[in-house]
Amino acid sequence: MSAPTITADSITAVADEPVQFYDLDEHAHPEGHSTMLGFWIYLMSDCLIFAILFACFAVLGDSYAAGPAPKDLFELPLVALNTAMLLFSSITYGFAVLQMQQGKVKGTQLWLAVTGLFGLAFLGIELYEFHHLIEIGATPQRSAFLSSFFTLVGTHGLHVTFGTLWLVVLMVQLGKHGLIAANKRRVMCLSMFWHFLDVVWIGVFTIVYLMGVLR
Amino acid sequence: MSADPHHAHAGDGPHEIEMPHASMRDYLIGFILSVILTAIPFWLVMERPLSDGATAAVIMVFAAVQIVVHMVFFLHMSPKAEGGWSITSLTFTIIIVVIMLAGSLWVMHHLNTNMMPSPHDMSQLP
Repeated sequence: MSAPTITADSITAVADEPVQFYDLDEHAHPEGHSTMLGFWIYLMSDCLIFAILFACFAVLGDSYAAGPAPKDLFELPLVALNTAMLLFSSITYGFAVLQMQQGKVKGTQLWLAVTGLFGLAFLGIELYEFHHLIEIGATPQRSAFLSSFFTLVGTHGLHVTFGTLWLVVLMVQLGKHGLIAANKRRVMCLSMFWHFLDVVWIGVFTIVYLMGVLR
Repeated sequence: MSADPHHAHAGDGPHEIEMPHASMRDYLIGFILSVILTAIPFWLVMERPLSDGATAAVIMVFAAVQIVVHMVFFLHMSPKAEGGWSITSLTFTIIIVVIMLAGSLWVMHHLNTNMMPSPHDMSQLP
């Protein structure tokens, strides 16, 4: 059935056995024990996607093709409002995690809902900005700067959209099954996702908007 | 304990999954620091009390600090999280990102300065 195992009846047999530095035995794998690390590694790969888009923007960001420059397009008060929405959604998600740690299902759902509303506000402001830009002719086709701008900021917005969808799904799951271990894990994974998007937004508002207006 | 017997076995076993412990204090410190680190760069760019170069340097530094603040207080990143594997993968990612960003900018800057003749230069070419 399996390879003969060493018995302790002779010392010489043990001495002859080659030393094994690796582990052949199966360990117990409790469900979900590696989910958090796995999700973190997914976020790191997502980080690479954003890094590539940031690199594109850094290279193409001053190729206006005689079109509008960031100075002509961006309204910083609007961007500041957008940043505030995302920052508020980060702390409200934190409150949801704290409610979860105290085992309060309703409280967790409530704060997740508040987080979702801030997420929707963020998306609404971003869509308003995109619509305004496209209306005045600053479309992605206009210049390399605008192509890379819409790709970078649009990808972030798409992430927030799916994060908001996930929030809704999670609220339903919490309503159906309560705070079981699997749901706690999901709350913590979405927490990482949501805060990670806020980290990416720090890069966006600094590099794209503030540095753009400064240029 | 879960009231739903169908899901009771799904995780409430002897191995409770280890999760980062969050505290109200952490979130509030992170939030207040983030507000400060966001408000100052916006104010600097909107009001321009400094020269352009100094403003750019300050907002880049503030962004870097704010990313660290988010990592520590919101993402609960620490050298001990997940037995050190989180910080290992983060370090690896940062190395790749820095090589990629710096490399792209460097290569493309050289291409722009050395290989893109203006129309005037073009007429001088053999």
